[in-house]
Amino acid sequence: MEKLLEVKNLSVSFKTFFGEVEAVRNINFHVGKSETVAIVGESGCGKSVTANSIMQLLPMPPAFFKSGEIIFNGENLLKKTNKEMQSIRGNEISMVFQDPMTSLNPTMKIGKQIVEGLVKHRKLSSSEAKEKAIEMLNLVAVPQPEKRVNQYPHEFSGGMRQRVMIALAMVSNPRLLIADEPTTALDVTVQAQILELMKEIQKKLDMSIILITHDLGVVAEMSDRVIVMYAGQILEEGTSDEIFTDPKHPYTKKLLSSVPRLDMSRNEPLFSIEGTPPDLYIPPKGCSFYDRCDNAMKICKDNMPDFDRHNNTHRSRCWLNHSMAQSTEGSEV
Amino acid sequence: MSRYLLKRTIMSIITLWTIVTITFFLMHSIPGDPFRKEGKMPVSVYENLLKKYGLDRPLSEQYVIYLKNLLKGDFGDSMKSKVETVNDMIRRGFPVSAYLGLEALLIALVFGPALGALAALYQNKLPDYISMIIAIIGISVPSFIMGTVLIQFVAKNVSWIPIGGWGEFRHTILPAIALSLMPLAYMARLMRSSMLEVLNQDYIKTATSKGISKSAVILKHAVRNAILPIISVLGTLISNLLVGSFVIEKIFGIPGLGKFFVQSINNRDYTLIMGTTIFYAIILIVLLLLVDVAYIFIDPRIKLTKEGR
Repeated sequence: MEKLLEVKNLSVSFKTFFGEVEAVRNINFHVGKSETVAIVGESGCGKSVTANSIMQLLPMPPAFFKSGEIIFNGENLLKKTNKEMQSIRGNEISMVFQDPMTSLNPTMKIGKQIVEGLVKHRKLSSSEAKEKAIEMLNLVAVPQPEKRVNQYPHEFSGGMRQRVMIALAMVSNPRLLIADEPTTALDVTVQAQILELMKEIQKKLDMSIILITHDLGVVAEMSDRVIVMYAGQILEEGTSDEIFTDPKHPYTKKLLSSVPRLDMSRNEPLFSIEGTPPDLYIPPKGCSFYDRCDNAMKICKDNMPDFDRHNNTHRSRCWLNHSMAQSTEGSEV
Repeated sequence: MSRYLLKRTIMSIITLWTIVTITFFLMHSIPGDPFRKEGKMPVSVYENLLKKYGLDRPLSEQYVIYLKNLLKGDFGDSMKSKVETVNDMIRRGFPVSAYLGLEALLIALVFGPALGALAALYQNKLPDYISMIIAIIGISVPSFIMGTVLIQFVAKNVSWIPIGGWGEFRHTILPAIALSLMPLAYMARLMRSSMLEVLNQDYIKTATSKGISKSAVILKHAVRNAILPIISVLGTLISNLLVGSFVIEKIFGIPGLGKFFVQSINNRDYTLIMGTTIFYAIILIVLLLLVDVAYIFIDPRIKLTKEGR
């Protein structure tokens, strides 16, 4: 598959009063054309920083790129000037944000907000722009688009606002859509509608999606491939099938078992991963999951393993993959 | 909308009547009266004066008479000035004060929010420090010091700027600057904090993600939302500027309305006290109403409810 986006050795840090926080540490992944890649992990694992890095929406300072490249369409985005990035944002790469309640400008009409970027990129006239806004509202199934286009965000419900956000992101037929927890703030029924909508439009417009989420149900529904992040690093990557049926990394396994199941008895406590992720002021020398891992071994404390390839698509980094580790699995701490 | 305006107008009249009543009785409760101070005055003359101005009658009767005249728009004769009625004094002083006030307002409106926005955009950098130093000076240095400093350092060195007086535009420059500094500083501080809040909002990130330029993000998305708190203080600010400042008018020798506010109380000039107070109250009430109406147009989230309409 042709690669649309390739992230190489990306490290992003934040300079704070107390020191440097290494939010993303040397990650590598790619997104193919018309592919959906999910990035999963718990809060603070660097998913959103990764997403915002691609768009270069991080406030700089305090954030800065320590190393790496973000190759989009053959060009390194990190080498682009501000002006060049502006012509890519909202044009070739768009983003849908987490909270539809706060992501729209309360004092600007919906229609204008949807086409604002497009008007700049394609130099539309105001009547063309309005037509386009109505067309987009239609596409995301907002009823009465002719009337809605002149309304303000406070006149929309949360789900409707997220539809507007999607319309806003898709208006320029982007080649890559980055959805940063697009359904977290919505209730479950609306969530399903929004995901369905995104899939539908993806097919129509033939675009790639990076889906950032901590909801594994959403991942199973949407994505072709899954990247599991923890403490700023990628721990496992594979196709959805591989991740859900044959997870290799203990963290992925635990993540999967923390999804509540309907067939669980009422008295059974919900599964959770004990402990907290490491402090990224001083990232651990060894495996970042060492403290919380049931299978931790001596070697894990001071040595981070490299990726092992299980096949063409599936890779993970864990000492358990090592041939000598088989005998010690699950025993020594 | 028209029902809302009618309702507000009726409420304004009630407010005004309350102000009139309270001021009237408070004023008469201050010891002294307009004539007692005037040297050795024969008792008969003093009594005749009281009689002439109706001050010998019971207070309640005076109140009713005053209200009747007020309804006709008549503030009465000044008890101190032998030649002018209170209406004359306001008619003469207000245009002067209002002209100066509007000029000061213009300066404050142009520079205040801009300085504040600049400070927010360059938070903790040089422009921020410069803006906030100006703001702190504007808020903490009293206008009479600012006025004299301007006379000392500007009027003394620039030949075409006079140290005082009234008549031409050049007379208004220094007093308008002195008068504008406080509201300017106030607006700058207000704008800075509200701009900082707005810049952290999610919709600013959304706007940036559309690929529009940074200046478009700031002008179209940030400023429009950050300006709302400033609108809400404009009513009081403008009315204060319009009716003039006693201190500034004194320093620069300007024949405005400001001095009457202070003089009338020192002289116990009852009709002038009432006149200036009511006049100020009317301006304030009207401006507050205008601000509320402006809000409906500026912030789409504010709509008149059924009860308010």
